[in-house]
Amino acid sequence: MSRQRSARSAALGLTVRRLPTTNTRGNGPLRRRLVVGLLVLASLVLISLSFRSDDSGPLSGVESAGATALRPLAVGLERIAQPFRDVYGWADSLLSARSEAEALRAEVQELRQRTIQSEFALQENVYLRELLDYIDGPRFPADFDPVGAEVTGRPSGAFTQAIVIAAGSKHGIQVNDPVVNADGLVGVVVRVAPRSARVQLLTDEEAAASAIDLRTGATGIVRHARGTRETLVLDRVRKQDVVRRGNEIVTAGWRAGTLSSLYPKGIPIGRVTSVGQTDTDLFQQVQVDPYVDFGSLDAVLVLVPTGRP
Amino acid sequence: MTPASWLRAVAVVFVVALLQVVIVSSLVVAGGAPDLLLVVVVVLGLLRGSTPGAALGFVGGIVVDLVTLGTLGVTSLILTLAGFWAGRYGETTGRDRRVAPVIAVGTITVLAGAFGYVLHYLLDQEVVAGHALVTALAPAFVLNVALALPIYALVRAIVGEGVRDASAPEVEVLV
Repeated sequence: MSRQRSARSAALGLTVRRLPTTNTRGNGPLRRRLVVGLLVLASLVLISLSFRSDDSGPLSGVESAGATALRPLAVGLERIAQPFRDVYGWADSLLSARSEAEALRAEVQELRQRTIQSEFALQENVYLRELLDYIDGPRFPADFDPVGAEVTGRPSGAFTQAIVIAAGSKHGIQVNDPVVNADGLVGVVVRVAPRSARVQLLTDEEAAASAIDLRTGATGIVRHARGTRETLVLDRVRKQDVVRRGNEIVTAGWRAGTLSSLYPKGIPIGRVTSVGQTDTDLFQQVQVDPYVDFGSLDAVLVLVPTGRP
Repeated sequence: MTPASWLRAVAVVFVVALLQVVIVSSLVVAGGAPDLLLVVVVVLGLLRGSTPGAALGFVGGIVVDLVTLGTLGVTSLILTLAGFWAGRYGETTGRDRRVAPVIAVGTITVLAGAFGYVLHYLLDQEVVAGHALVTALAPAFVLNVALALPIYALVRAIVGEGVRDASAPEVEVLV
């Protein structure tokens, strides 16, 4: 562009003079570059230190102090926003209330019958366990003390599926503690500050949980479905295992020697919406619709093992 | 910038960073949420110049990373570059253009999305490109662009505009 302009100017016999950059805001080019360079460098140093360090690293104290100082503001804002969010949720639910009510009525009937069957099975189970002197892994909810916490933040962007909660190490929470709500499994604690914690949602790209089909006993790994925000897949289900549409998927809670799953046995995850398989695939393709509405989490329970000091 | 305008700008960024984390991030429309903080940093860069834009982006990013207990520095790096680029655009090509906020916010939303994807990939965090660059970015782009002019007017009313010599062109033709 500047070449054309020069050629045209030369043809017209004009002289083009580039003026020195106007220093309209008191910033010389050198100072500007220096400031930006330093800020970028500072960001890179922070990323490097924060990414490499564990909870006892050089930055963890600063991060904890910062998170603790900002927590009251975040909690305050959350409480101010909550009534507006409730109104939005109420208006939104009105649109689907009628069809949802019919589906819930049918579900209540089915659950009533299953409750009776479960009662019998439970009594039988207790009796047989006593006979066998059966040693089991931690069970939900009996072996956990739930810590209720308000959701105070959600990192923005498409890169992470996480929430920040208003409870932390002061409340007995540690990294890898499972997190649930009334509907089912929410995720796992991945970072802890004294009075707040970051929870990786089950819909995050890096999250996974061993799971089992409650009716058929088919096992697999529940993880995020590629390309969508809130759909899950039950991966690694062998072709000979039976999984049917509508079956419930819960956490498997395996135990092998001293190692055990992060999630205790029996936490509801979701319902199977489709099952498919091809000749070339090694495993079945099972899609799961989660019970938890990950987009509107207001409060969660962190499962802290009973007896943790 | 005077100390008073610095103070006002930092206060705006601080409040918006908290609003972004606590409220705005959960307002998901068609699979994406607006990035109010990015819009405000871009607008501040346009209004006050590249150096304040970069510095305010850095501050906003640090607040977000601290509140969300994320990897410290990731958001500040993205917002520092966003504020700087918006400032340079405002100081040069975008001067006195009415649609400069819309162009800057739209362009920087796309660039920040792509840069964020690369950054998370380099940090060995699993991100699906299709979701990050299309499914979530497209609605975020529309929402951010829709917010650009109202936010520009609001921030200009609060923080004010940098003193500039509007009559001075970059290139002068001498006959």
